[in-house]
Amino acid sequence: MNDSLRVTGVAQPFPVGEPVNISRRSFLLASAGTAVGALVLGFGLPLGLSRVQAATGNAAAPGTQVPAFLEIRPDGRIRLLSPFMEGGQGIFTAMAQIVGEELDADPATFLIDSAPPGEQYVVMDNGMRITGGSMSVRTSYPTMRRLGALARAMLLQAAAERLGVPVGDLSTEPGRVIHAASGRTLGYGELAAQAMDLPVPDPASVTLRDPSQFRWIGKPVQRVDAYDKSTGKAVYSIDVKVDGMLHAAVQHAPRLGMRVGELRNEAQVKAMKGVHSVHRLPGAVAVVAERWWHAKRAVEAVQVQWLEASADAKVRQMPADFSSDAFRDQLAAATGPARDEENEGDFGKAFADAATQVEATYHNQFLNHAQLEPPSALARFNPDGTLEVWLPNQAPDMFRADMAKRTGLDPSQITLHSPLLGGFFGRHFLYDSANPYPQAILLAKAVGRPVKLIWSREEEFLRDALRPMAVVKFRAALDAQGLPVAIEAVSATEGPTEAIAGKQGEKIDPTALEGLSGKAYAIPSKRIAQVYVKGPAMLGYWRSVGNSLNDFFYEAFLDELADKGKQDPFELRLHLLRDNQRLTNLLQAVGDLSGGWKRGPFTAEDGSRRARGVAMASPFGSEAAVIAEVSIEQGQVKVHDIWEAIDPGSIVNPAIIEAQVNGAVSLGLSQALVEEAVYVNGQPRARNYDLYPILSAQRMARVHVRIVESGAKMGGIGEPPLPAVAPAVANAVAHLTGQRIRSMPLSRYTFS
Amino acid sequence: MQLRINQTTYEVDADADTPLLWVIRDDLGLTGTKYGCGLAQCGACSVLVDGAVVRACVTPVAGVVGREITTIEAVEADAVGKRVVSAWVKHQVAQCGYCQSGQVMAATALLKHTPHPSDAQIAAAMVNLCRCGTYNAIHAAVHDVAAAQENA
Repeated sequence: MNDSLRVTGVAQPFPVGEPVNISRRSFLLASAGTAVGALVLGFGLPLGLSRVQAATGNAAAPGTQVPAFLEIRPDGRIRLLSPFMEGGQGIFTAMAQIVGEELDADPATFLIDSAPPGEQYVVMDNGMRITGGSMSVRTSYPTMRRLGALARAMLLQAAAERLGVPVGDLSTEPGRVIHAASGRTLGYGELAAQAMDLPVPDPASVTLRDPSQFRWIGKPVQRVDAYDKSTGKAVYSIDVKVDGMLHAAVQHAPRLGMRVGELRNEAQVKAMKGVHSVHRLPGAVAVVAERWWHAKRAVEAVQVQWLEASADAKVRQMPADFSSDAFRDQLAAATGPARDEENEGDFGKAFADAATQVEATYHNQFLNHAQLEPPSALARFNPDGTLEVWLPNQAPDMFRADMAKRTGLDPSQITLHSPLLGGFFGRHFLYDSANPYPQAILLAKAVGRPVKLIWSREEEFLRDALRPMAVVKFRAALDAQGLPVAIEAVSATEGPTEAIAGKQGEKIDPTALEGLSGKAYAIPSKRIAQVYVKGPAMLGYWRSVGNSLNDFFYEAFLDELADKGKQDPFELRLHLLRDNQRLTNLLQAVGDLSGGWKRGPFTAEDGSRRARGVAMASPFGSEAAVIAEVSIEQGQVKVHDIWEAIDPGSIVNPAIIEAQVNGAVSLGLSQALVEEAVYVNGQPRARNYDLYPILSAQRMARVHVRIVESGAKMGGIGEPPLPAVAPAVANAVAHLTGQRIRSMPLSRYTFS
Repeated sequence: MQLRINQTTYEVDADADTPLLWVIRDDLGLTGTKYGCGLAQCGACSVLVDGAVVRACVTPVAGVVGREITTIEAVEADAVGKRVVSAWVKHQVAQCGYCQSGQVMAATALLKHTPHPSDAQIAAAMVNLCRCGTYNAIHAAVHDVAAAQENA
């Protein structure tokens, strides 16, 4: 029995106001008796904060409220509350490396949980606190280093007082303060209680370690969660339980916006085994039961009369005749008005005057997130009227604010727990109608007991927010040498940000066009524009967002231009990047990594005919270049190898970067080869993995990674390796088969 | 009915057709075994029944009465399972980790029956889905265990 997952309902083992996360580790924290002699920096927050503010007079400086983040136990283990959620990207490990480097503590001694909502955890340099946009490390790196340095200074000061020596005579080694002159040492755990009583020093007073002296930053440090995740010990939202908890399952309206009418067999369902109660919710019916299996079986048995949406429905309304293929045709037919994101030179004139004109239309598919952990939420109203919710999320403050709005509670009355994410890829942002917590809160309120709601895989596929679709019309001009001198891309699409807002903003949604915009190639005249087409499908962010589609379009079309102008696509890219040393180096790096650029087609050792394609992308502050090698096997594309060179400027953990490149390649291949969310008659064709294929082990490619640290401003790593994968594959396939690839997935094509 | 799980006998009060997965997770509180699809598509719910890998989400509990069930919580009690876990850590396989309980169980079943699997045998056995794309690391870890067993 896994009692460590249990939290008792009334006799809370945690002090009131303590940021609690229900995980094995926070249980260990509680059971280890933190009240006894630990530097319980995480406890007594209000007092701690006021002390910090009084001491520094600079409460606004992000990431300086050390007590809110760190707790050092008597045994020297260090608990860190991470402002960022761990969902596989390795951020907990990166935080341990970054804070540990300056604190002088081995990352392996860290226990990490996600921090609750709150101003003190807003550490990103853009003033936000989310886990997304591949922003965590790059926006918080100096701040989190400084946090570690401030904590180290507090421990040094405590040791100086304890030993009665000047602080300048002290130094540290991992986990210990050293007085070299006397040979005396004190473990951080021994100093914890005393250090807690000290004010946090002036943030400007600490000096950060010289990067040449780094022990952990930049090294392939082992993940802090590798063992727990290999033995079933890691705790996700779906695993959390509390005393007295009931389970719930829902049946959603077949189309978003529809309302619950009559429940034709409500009495029979209520009489089914294990059923506690049946509930009407906005756009859904729920069954609450003692066990989730009973809830699921019962709710699926409910015969609901679904009513069409009312005119004032707040959610998007999915019409009965919506189909994704017809929507693609609608996008293709959309003529404007267009708004320009980029407009340089004189595209019209350059195009009109050109020796060669090229035109092509591209499109992509809707996608599901298809993360392996189905969404869930556990809601509990406490006797004092406060609300606790456990849920997967990438933005705790936004979620808590939304809960406050929905319940009328003050945010201070809502405790939000953010367990590990069983994959996210953009799934766990605040999408109206795509999150289970509003339902869980309503149900907990209705039954007066804690309720954990799990969306079955089928209900998840019905309500997931989709990766957007676009139809892009390209025009380009080549000069007499066959080199591109002008390019235009007009995308008919709706970006995820404007979809969530429900309307077009005053400025173009950058997530709609990124990857068409922001390309580095020296093409003198260019115009990148959007025709906004609002669709009925609920859209969301999907790993690498706009770049996931737009770099496919642009890089595949660039290969068309190369072919039309009789240029080698690798050489053409080098030419177009001739004044950009960073990208020239990167492209050459991926060429070297692949053993030298070799387009083919050629015959491989196994006798198969193969070709290679190349593509590049500049997503999320980083740069990526990919070469793919493909063949055709039984009419399907086989991707043998992916070589990827990635330049995020500077790095924290090369092993995690290599894993992230593998993951991004997998998702990139998945969207290129097999994946698509098809809607027919207003409903998704696939409600599970049987009809929604995601990349299998069988179709994974070998992945070869070269990390290039150019020293440029630090970029992201979770998303940047993805966008160049699909176009590299498409370009290889086009060259091998002679068939232009202008859409994804490739499973829609016939290859012989 | 009585179930033998991880060398322990449990008295379970469940309908005969309840999937083993939900008995394990909700009745016994062993949440290391994951729900992913409920359709035997993803393999996140993989457990061993008499040493063979089974997808617990579609296995009626009545069908495993009297059989020896092993979940991820007890995988390290098995010598092969322990080596698999070590290899998973050494190769830093897990990303989000949600599918990895099932992956570790599938690898353990494979390597118990086939200590030195060929690439084709690995491909045939390691079919659980992973959305994080850890497939290459899984492949390397399985090979590593196989090679170590060869030397043992």
